[in-house]
Amino acid sequence: MNEHPAPKRKASDYKSEVKPVWCPGCGDYHVLLSLTRMLAASGTPPEQVAVISGIGCSSRIPAYTNCYGFHGVHGRSLALAAGLKVARPDLTVLVMSGDGDGFSIGGNHFLHACRRNIDITYVVMDNQVYGMTKGQPSPTTDPEWDSALAPGGTGIRPFQPLVIALASGANFVARAFSGQPNETARIIHEAVMHPGFSFVQVMSPCVTFRPEQAAWKDAVHPAPVEATDDPARAARRIMTDDGFNIGVLYRGDRPVFDPHSGAEPVPLSALERSFAL
Amino acid sequence: MTDDRKDAAALAAGIETVPELLAHALRIEEDAEERYLALADQMETHHNAAIARLFRWFAGHEAEHAREIRERMAGMALPEIKPWDFHWGDAESPESVDFTAVRYTMDTRAALGLALEAEARALAFFQRIVEVARDPEMRRWAEEFAAEEAEHVRLVRAEIAKLPPDDGQAVERAEDPDPPNEPL
Amino acid sequence: MGRHEEKASFDAAGAAAVGERPRDSVCIAILGSGGAGALTTGGLLLEAAARRGLYGMMTRSVGPQIRGGEAAAFVRLATRPVACMADRFDAVIAIDWRRADRFADELALDAESLLIGDPGKPGDAAAAPVPESLARSGARVVDIAFADLAAAVPGGRENMVALGLAAGLVGIAAEELDGLIAKRLGAKGTAAVEASRAGCAQGLAAAAVLPVRFPLPRPEAEPGPRWRITGNQAAGLGAVQGGVRFAAAYPITPATEVLEWLAPALRRLGGTLVQAEDELASINMIIGASFGGVPALTATSGPGLALMVESLGLAVASEVPIVVVDVMRGGPSTGIPTKSEQSDLNIAVMGCHGDAPHVVVAPLSVGDCRLTTQWAVHLAETLQTVAVVLSDQFLGQSQAVIAPPEPEDFGTRRKVLPRTVEGYRRYELVGDSISPMALPGITGGQYTADGLTHGENALPSSRASDHRAQLDKRAAKLVQADYGAHWAEIEGEGDIAILCWGSLAGAAREAAERLAEAGAPVRLVALRLLAPLRTEALVEALGHRRVLVVEQSHSGQFLNYLRGSGALTGETRSLRRPGPLPIRPGEIAAAVQEWRRS
Ligand SMILES: Cc1ncc(C[n+]2csc(CCOP(=O)(O)OP(=O)(O)O)c2C)c(N)n1
Ligand code: SF4
Repeated sequence: MNEHPAPKRKASDYKSEVKPVWCPGCGDYHVLLSLTRMLAASGTPPEQVAVISGIGCSSRIPAYTNCYGFHGVHGRSLALAAGLKVARPDLTVLVMSGDGDGFSIGGNHFLHACRRNIDITYVVMDNQVYGMTKGQPSPTTDPEWDSALAPGGTGIRPFQPLVIALASGANFVARAFSGQPNETARIIHEAVMHPGFSFVQVMSPCVTFRPEQAAWKDAVHPAPVEATDDPARAARRIMTDDGFNIGVLYRGDRPVFDPHSGAEPVPLSALERSFAL
Repeated sequence: MTDDRKDAAALAAGIETVPELLAHALRIEEDAEERYLALADQMETHHNAAIARLFRWFAGHEAEHAREIRERMAGMALPEIKPWDFHWGDAESPESVDFTAVRYTMDTRAALGLALEAEARALAFFQRIVEVARDPEMRRWAEEFAAEEAEHVRLVRAEIAKLPPDDGQAVERAEDPDPPNEPL
Repeated sequence: MGRHEEKASFDAAGAAAVGERPRDSVCIAILGSGGAGALTTGGLLLEAAARRGLYGMMTRSVGPQIRGGEAAAFVRLATRPVACMADRFDAVIAIDWRRADRFADELALDAESLLIGDPGKPGDAAAAPVPESLARSGARVVDIAFADLAAAVPGGRENMVALGLAAGLVGIAAEELDGLIAKRLGAKGTAAVEASRAGCAQGLAAAAVLPVRFPLPRPEAEPGPRWRITGNQAAGLGAVQGGVRFAAAYPITPATEVLEWLAPALRRLGGTLVQAEDELASINMIIGASFGGVPALTATSGPGLALMVESLGLAVASEVPIVVVDVMRGGPSTGIPTKSEQSDLNIAVMGCHGDAPHVVVAPLSVGDCRLTTQWAVHLAETLQTVAVVLSDQFLGQSQAVIAPPEPEDFGTRRKVLPRTVEGYRRYELVGDSISPMALPGITGGQYTADGLTHGENALPSSRASDHRAQLDKRAAKLVQADYGAHWAEIEGEGDIAILCWGSLAGAAREAAERLAEAGAPVRLVALRLLAPLRTEALVEALGHRRVLVVEQSHSGQFLNYLRGSGALTGETRSLRRPGPLPIRPGEIAAAVQEWRRS
């Protein structure tokens, strides 16, 4: 994304007329605020921004912005965004969806998006639950969490998004907390400015199905260790992660995916020639 | 201060000039207005008309405050500050009601309680600047803002006092007998 | 109106060849195992014939091994363009007979056929006699010691001897082979070229002693320019001709060559191809690219199409143009990946959940993969919908020597929002139901494309009126579209109509030609546009004729589809068989004549 000096834009310029249907109290309101604040700060015109999502409460976000948006099918937002960015490198492409969308049904795309390192930013609003479908465990849910679908808990070790992102080759890895919208805006802004695939896990409480997540705002704390460009150090830091470290974990400099040859296009007749006898 | 946020004070030290202070003061009101409007929308979407009206009324007030500040500093150039470079000493600007504290079934007492917390945070913010400011002009501005916020705190308290006595049934009343929906 | 129908079932080998014209067309199978080079030999034979001015095509059949397995090249050479294999083989040339058995089903032979091969020396590990499954046909067996003939030449290879023999069989001269060898093997150095020439000479000499040969006449007039191309390559060419500049795909047999052709081609044209992690990704990548304004395509086969179906619905609902080339193979599940079948019709036409009208087209020949894919891009782009191209393994992986297929100027242009607007409504109910699409970057055009039911303003809605209006819109734009004459190829007159689709057009046309020559003409209707079905036009094209519906599927997917549409108003018969055995022209002609007699 380029910094656009003029004209001045306000966060509200990036909001659409559509009123969110999220539950009052949902952390996703804060994420929307962070997004619009960070876009206003960057000055990127809304028509140069595409917000791509899948399905879930969190994935409702594109229509709440005044950007181009795509509310696709469940789990495929990263793929759709990859196609868009490769076809239209001039756009700022953000993918915003939930932990179910991104780590469960879309888990494979997450790995490969990290590997591929296309210059897009992936913001997962992680509430450790499937909000949209009335509160089932998601990949990041703690194993003991009791629910109708998993009475007594899943007993399954939670998915570790930061570890996976780092191991899979994401070029920028960070965690934010929705209740700190300015800090979240800063982190997302940095993620967008950083070349390649940037991943930001935003802990965003679900007031309806995980009311106990209200305690997150007291549990989060700035990461005690500075961001690093050394994957080994980042990995060590993650090993001591209590799940509430906020801040940038890793900034890499891997080459960004660019399949364009840059060569002058040839006429079609040049391709036909190979078939002639 | 009933809020469990960290003491807003630590930060104020980062505000060093009058224009910086004014930029903060203005942003406090703008953010507060924006927040009340968003909350009013939420309440409308979830059919809590009374609280929607109340939040919209607060939004109007905050807009008015922002307008006043803009008038008073007419001609003064304010610094451009990115959202994350403000010195709130807290997650957000002090007068913004916490998004996560609201519920769609909330009653007037709860809503006014949140507004009171917000005003009290703003008051504390400016009081802290009064304490630490060395520039007399800056202190003068901060005192003025603090006085205004103190007046707001008083007004909100007065509104709360007008409410019928708390019957202790608010939690029960806030219960929704219907199960959640599953729209997608 | 009573509909009378009988199901007929035919046995490939048993079908009587009606009016076969063997001497303007020769069909040869070249077999070998363990890296003998049968497929290379077949390709060289095809090219040598093409250089002589002949036409032809080559299909192939292989064992399950990645390398070194048994392989067969089926080559048909002819004095005119051909679009299917013949009913029977004139000759089988076996570099060795090991595991030749596995091809028995595919090799229709008779007493006129030749079984030419190297039985090896007794005791030799490689020795194998003509398998009983082939010998049973009564074909004449000719032993040629390819190994010995190759060994007599320094650096000689058996497959070059086989090439020489095949060339001799159809009347291709040594000089004609020499030029080809220089061109194809020149890069390997003079020694390799010399060894190959000498090997061919051995084979040519051996051909002289065959009891019978099938020389094809050299065309009198110099034929015009010709191409050697596969359907998969032609589909790629049609795609870029139509304007496709982005592709994403996951490799799958038999579609991979579409991608392998497109990858460098798109690069040279300033476009891109991304290898996706799976088909769920590839379909969504092309939706994303097309949302950004770049015409986009993916290619896959049945298993991949099955994975894509949810997102086909997304593209339909959000009105994002995309093209999916499905190179069909035997199914269900992994099925027979290397063999053709027309059994993805149901999923292509009806696979989506909800009402999701879209376009399904099918190329009618190898060369037609170009036009049909280009047309699919045109329809997708102009109608802002999904277009599925149902090619198949036969078309996709057959090499054909054909006159260069002509591209067409469809004037393809997506209706996009030209500039800054106010009050834009992405899904406005406009006259032709095709509302202008805003591309990211256009100020004021911002909208969120959505798979959720939406109103004209693109915002989610679950109102009955919005749902209905948008379903109507998406259906109406396909109905009002002008499909021109491309929807079907309609030829000939007669009391019976042969009705087929896609790749079977080749065999059906040859059957119709033979019947016409035999004084028993038929009408041929080969559908290129499967959805939306042009029911009225089809009823008119069929007239009051009896209709023989021909297709390569087990359950009669095409027949059932046509029935459901009301396109079949009279007496109908079904000629159908699942893959992997192709339906040959003789079977179709025989079915027509049998119906007439009964
Ligand atoms: C293919 C498919 N399977 C299942 C669903 C149902 N579904 C909708 S949202 C969702 C889970 C969303 O969870 P998450 O991504 O964490 O988002 P949240 O609602 O918590 O923000 C599921 C399972 C669907 N829409 N599509
Ligand atoms: S269910 Fe949870 S995630 Fe969904 S809107 Fe409500 S609070 Fe947010």
